[in-house]
Amino acid sequence: MSDLMQLNMGPQHPSMHGVLRLKVKVEGEIIREIEPVIGYLHRNAEKLCEMTYYCDNLVYFDRMDYVASMNMEAGYLEAAEKLLGIPPPERAVYIRTIMNELSRIASHLVWAGAFGLDLGMLTPFFYCFVEREKILRIFTESCGSRQETNYFSIGGVYQDITPEIVDHIKTFLSEFPRKLEDIYNLFAKNDVFLSRTRGIGYLDPEIAIQYGVTGPMLRASGVPYDVRKAEPYLLYDKVDFDIPISKKGDSLARFSVRFEEIRQSIRIIKQIIDKIPEGPFFNPKAKKPMMIRLRGDGEVYARTESSKGEFGVYIVGDGGVKPYRVHVRSPTFKNLSVLPELAKNQMIADLIAISGSIDLVFGEIDR
Amino acid sequence: MDKVKDGDFGIITTTLENAMEWGRSNSLWPLTFGLACCAIEMMAMQGANYDVARFGSEIFRNSPRQSDLMIVAGTVTKKMAPRVKRLYDEMPFPKYVIAMGVCVIQGGPYVKGYSVVLGVDKVIPVDVYVPGCPPTPEALIFGITTLQKRIRGESDR
Repeated sequence: MSDLMQLNMGPQHPSMHGVLRLKVKVEGEIIREIEPVIGYLHRNAEKLCEMTYYCDNLVYFDRMDYVASMNMEAGYLEAAEKLLGIPPPERAVYIRTIMNELSRIASHLVWAGAFGLDLGMLTPFFYCFVEREKILRIFTESCGSRQETNYFSIGGVYQDITPEIVDHIKTFLSEFPRKLEDIYNLFAKNDVFLSRTRGIGYLDPEIAIQYGVTGPMLRASGVPYDVRKAEPYLLYDKVDFDIPISKKGDSLARFSVRFEEIRQSIRIIKQIIDKIPEGPFFNPKAKKPMMIRLRGDGEVYARTESSKGEFGVYIVGDGGVKPYRVHVRSPTFKNLSVLPELAKNQMIADLIAISGSIDLVFGEIDR
Repeated sequence: MDKVKDGDFGIITTTLENAMEWGRSNSLWPLTFGLACCAIEMMAMQGANYDVARFGSEIFRNSPRQSDLMIVAGTVTKKMAPRVKRLYDEMPFPKYVIAMGVCVIQGGPYVKGYSVVLGVDKVIPVDVYVPGCPPTPEALIFGITTLQKRIRGESDR
């Protein structure tokens, strides 16, 4: 073992998607051991949730998975609304489902752009971010914020969406699929990209399940598990969509599964965009001045499918206006923990193609 | 004006400092250094919609030794602060720092937390503060142009 040389990657590294540090032990060009060191972005969000009112905790959830903030809000509210007993009205559920899927598309676009950068392709980054800006414009119109939206709130959404916003979403949906194929072809018809990802970082389905890997990572290994189907929330039991899977389990499979997921998200939004019912967008029990007086008692666990995988929120209330304990089951943390298995006995040049395909977001891993 | 058309306008008199500052301010090379949420907006600023290349700082360098601008984008935790200091020390002079987002300015939403450094200016000197959570790419571009004016010794307004 004395032949092993220790290499240190990160926390500042061009391809680390944040502040991950990897202790890599290499024998020549081959990785023998790898140890991720996390905690460089530990912002104690869970602890701060205990000091804050139920309605204000959304701020910290927005900033966990900061590229798909609506997914995080949906996850928190799934638990908090169950605990507080304030269900959202029908219109709010429709709005939430649409925004949730738009957020998922935006997240996958950021991932695709960054993955391209990792593998030395600069062009897809610009294409992905142009499309993402169109989604962010819809978010800005509906709630005033681009990225950390804070749009969903307990008992509904913060603002109603206007017919113009619905029109803009429809325009986006009609133009986006063609652009998406352009972006897809930039990757899938590039020989360098294909040869750098095909067969790299194989994840066995058995190992994936043992490590608790979820989301596109798991589905790329051939396990058709999606919380939207397994335990439907919002409107996912009423809409028709497929779970994209791939049996290959390599970096290329994870790439194609994510792009297929974007296509399914478009399909979901197209089904419900015309059916948004009229009515209140806010539960009258959770009116603004009353909101900080909401009291929760008991404990509740809810899981949702974020863009990275299964996002679970566990809240314990002791009858006060603030939660007693909030715990988050972070999908990316579990997905990262399988990295030593993926990268073992691979070439050191392939490490970026493997770690990039996991879709790491450090706000969520370190919390 | 006739002389300009003739091409007989070949000499500009200036001081060496002015010429250096002019060149420096229009070719800022930022360090690729994303910490948290603000890094995504920093990437959006690089993207085609906002296109920071118009202001001469599109070349993001991966090595601190090749860059002269550090955009601290995202919360600086106590574990990360020594690394931020070290990266700053590795940058060659002259070097500038933009603090992007309220987390970097004073702690932001995490101000009550136990693991967050309340302001990166406790670790390294900061030239321009860009508030927002996260700041929009426009705000960050405004921060960069403000820094360029400062480098040229002009007034901020």
